[in-house]
This record gives sequence, structure tokens and C-alpha cells, in this order.
Amino acid sequence: MSNNGRPLSPHLSIYSWPITMTTSILHRATGLGLSVGFIVLAAWLLDAAVGAEAYSAMVSYLDTTVGRVLLVGWSFAFFFHLANGVRHFVWDVGRGFEIRQANASAWFVMILAVVSTAGFWWVRT
Amino acid sequence: MVCNDPCCRLHSRFLVGAHMSLRTPLGQVLGQGSAKDGTGHFWGQRVSGMALLVLGLWFAYSMATIPGFSHSEALAFIAPPLNAVLLLLLVASLGYHSNLGVQVVIEDYVHGHATKLVSLILSRFAHTFLAVAAAYGIIKIGLGA
Repeated sequence: MSNNGRPLSPHLSIYSWPITMTTSILHRATGLGLSVGFIVLAAWLLDAAVGAEAYSAMVSYLDTTVGRVLLVGWSFAFFFHLANGVRHFVWDVGRGFEIRQANASAWFVMILAVVSTAGFWWVRT
Repeated sequence: MVCNDPCCRLHSRFLVGAHMSLRTPLGQVLGQGSAKDGTGHFWGQRVSGMALLVLGLWFAYSMATIPGFSHSEALAFIAPPLNAVLLLLLVASLGYHSNLGVQVVIEDYVHGHATKLVSLILSRFAHTFLAVAAAYGIIKIGLGA
């Protein structure tokens, strides 16, 4: 079948995954992850009020390998969702819709989220 | 919108064309769109998002710089009036924003009518519970009770 060398995308073997797809999926995924994180935040605040025993039991769950991985995940989710949320605000006023702009802002948000997460834990530790 | 163009007003009872709206007069007055709840969800998500932009960055900064996470250090962070008020605002806007977000996810992925309705109600109850529980903790610590 001749197609004059035109790309056939989207097709299974040559589909070029757009970075904007990644940021779109990540925005929803990190949002859901942060909703789960809300449970931990509420538990942290409530257990702090309940007393030293309940508080240290709650914190000891977070001070495990699994807990630390989750906390790093939540910090990344927070910075990504925040940065990409600002990207959505820019779209809401009708700017940044050109493909090149959207791709550039997607990469910018990804990099900013990773750097912010690293910076947060660099300050924290 | 109702067309006020003179030609339209003159001939509207004879013409069915681009100038005529397919929306009912009641629908035009209410302005709620096909989802029947207008732009309320959209605005709620944006405005709470703006609040969380500020409150979230403050909270992240606090979590990065708090001396430690012992019980006494946690109390020392939560108790001061400004921190307690900002934390209350944080959990209120977070609960609201999260409920709107989870609502959209449920509406997108849960298909059975009953399952969807039950999921939406449970999500709202869970978010309200978490926000109230967190607020109770903050106020209790803030008042030193």
C-alpha cells in the first residue's frame, strides 16, 4: 500500500506517544494519589490531638521502607499536580494550546516536579 | 441565544435555519447546559485549586523545614494560631477539591447507575469525615484542650 511516506500514526507499531498524554494521565493519577494522602494527613493531625501513644504508632507506620517510598511518591504527586494545575490555569484563560507550547509546558512541568521533589527531600534530610 | 436580528424576528415563524436556537426557552433562562449543573463544578475546582496553590506550598515548606516529627514537635507546629488557621483552611479546601476530583473520576469510570450513585455518596461522606476529623484535631491542639 503506497502512502507516499506519510506517517500512519496512530497505529500499533508506529504510534508516537505524546508527552501531553503522559502529563494528562499523571494529573489524574497524582490527584487520586493525593486524595489517598489526605487520609494520612487527617490521621496525622487527629492522632497528634489524641495523644503521644496514638501519634507514635501512626508515625511508626510511615517510618518504614514502604512508608518512606509512599511519602516520596506523595511529595512528587503534590509538586506535579500543583505545577500541572497551574498549566491548566494557563489553558483556562485560552493560552498555550499550540502543540509546541503544550509539549514544552508538559516537559517543563515534568522536570519542575522532579526537581521540586528532589529539593524538598534535600531540605528535609 | 434568541436571535434579535430584524430579519429573524420578521421571519422566524417561517424559517428554520442557522439563526434559530435548538435550546428550549427554559434551558436558555436557566443556563445550566446538558449536565444540568452549569459551571459550578468547574469554578469550584479552579477556585479551590487557587487556594491550594498557596496553602499547599506553605504546607510543603513547613513539612520541609519542621525540626522533626516527634509528638512534641508536631504539637509545636500545629498549635500556633496562624498555623492552626492555615491548616484548617488547607484541610477544608483539600477536602472540597479532592471531592470534586474524585467525583469526576467516579463519573468517568463507574458505569452502573446504582453503583455510581452509591460511590458518589460514599466519596462525599468519606471526604467530609476526613475534613472534619482533621479540623477537630487541629482545633483541639490549637485550644490546648
